[in-house]
Amino acid sequence: MSNIPADLKYVASHEWIRTEADGTVTIGITDFAQEQLGDVVFVELPEVGTEVEAEQDIAVVESVKAASDIYAPLAGKIIAVNETLTDAPEKVNEDPYGDAWFFKMELADSSELDGLMDADAYAATCE
Amino acid sequence: MGKQTALYNKHIEAGGKMVDFGGWDMPIHYGSQIQEHHAVRQQAGMFDVSHMTIVDVRGVDATAYLQKLLANDVARLQQTGKALYTAMLNHNGGVIDDLIVYRMDGWYRTVVNCATREKDLEWMSAQSKGFDISLTERPELAMIAVQGPQAIASVQQVKPEAAELIGQLQVFQGLPKTDWFFARTGYTGEDGLEIMLPEEEAAAFWQQLLDAGVTPAGLGARDTLRLEAGMNLYGNDMDENVSPLQAGMGWTIAWEPEQRRFIGRDALEEEKAARSASPDNAMKQVGLVLTGRGVMRAHQTVLTAAGEGEITSGTFSPTLENSIAIARVPLATGDQCEVEIRGKQVAAQVVKLPFVRHGKKQF
Repeated sequence: MSNIPADLKYVASHEWIRTEADGTVTIGITDFAQEQLGDVVFVELPEVGTEVEAEQDIAVVESVKAASDIYAPLAGKIIAVNETLTDAPEKVNEDPYGDAWFFKMELADSSELDGLMDADAYAATCE
Repeated sequence: MGKQTALYNKHIEAGGKMVDFGGWDMPIHYGSQIQEHHAVRQQAGMFDVSHMTIVDVRGVDATAYLQKLLANDVARLQQTGKALYTAMLNHNGGVIDDLIVYRMDGWYRTVVNCATREKDLEWMSAQSKGFDISLTERPELAMIAVQGPQAIASVQQVKPEAAELIGQLQVFQGLPKTDWFFARTGYTGEDGLEIMLPEEEAAAFWQQLLDAGVTPAGLGARDTLRLEAGMNLYGNDMDENVSPLQAGMGWTIAWEPEQRRFIGRDALEEEKAARSASPDNAMKQVGLVLTGRGVMRAHQTVLTAAGEGEITSGTFSPTLENSIAIARVPLATGDQCEVEIRGKQVAAQVVKLPFVRHGKKQF
């Protein structure tokens, strides 16, 4: 069974969203997603400063097996990306909720976070 | 749920992630495809390939039949046990399947792909009209491929009664030992064996190999290993609409003797003449090594100064730590090209296959 931390929010396309103390959010892919992908060998990140729409594909993660798009969970601006994934994509398999975060965003409307899935709802989609 | 091989429970025990493969439940990996890949390149790995179809060809006309059926010539097999790789073509010169033929003692054993089993058997049976032969499928045999620099020594260790026979095998030769069959063949670019054995003995043998330190490897590693070794995958790199001349299989066509009119020969002769007359329209198979960032995948477009081509198989190479691909490109393609990856044009180097052989980079 894959690990689904209770303190995060989730979307159906298998990204997790963590709200930071300053109101910004950090986004990565779930343990379930990395397990489905298998060994990750390549990550392509968005550019800092990009304005994105909800559900827009803005990054790519490729495993030995296949390529998969990463979506912005909500509208907002990219304020940071995790450059270490470029040289060490295997971190996505090793630490999907920690070292292997993909990007940070400033949301256009933080209240939209309430509309995302919690851990229980996400767990149900992985069955 | 799909069909299960005799080793299904061993895969589950080893944590195999099972997927559907041509109607069979097979392990794609047992945790990490990349580690399994490295185990084969550096030590020894084992694959359950029991899903592959073994068909024995017997009868007084067996040689004549196979000489008509196959583009390579079984008359080249001078010694018992020797094997050859060949295409089975349709009348248009398209590849129905690729297979290995072993010359046995007065008969032949063929191993064809599992995904093409039904159409192969139908075709082989239809072409047997007028020949005194019999075709016998051997579903009761399991098949395990043990591959890697330590593969042969590991098998000799757990199967001492066959150690001497195994030690005498030439590359591309297979010989029986009681109701087992040991062949020095494979699909990885490493030395090793493919072993056919009664399925009721398969689980115990697998466990012995496991105890001897051989790493179970899944279909995922099998694919990255064969791609590094520059070996075709049927359905990806060629199919019924692709001729062996466009799929890097020219070396498997036995043109001599000229009076051997194998199925597809007329079409291939025409194509060969057309390739010489107008090389601008001809395609060839090459290897690509990505110099930019990304991962090449099947069906991506290749852009060359001589025209467009297509990736037929692409992946990330664990040995080279870079993306590699097999592609069909215009005959006049030089040593550089670009590949369209997700809307971007990424530079790649054109190389001769294979990429990796016996653990070493080849280009």
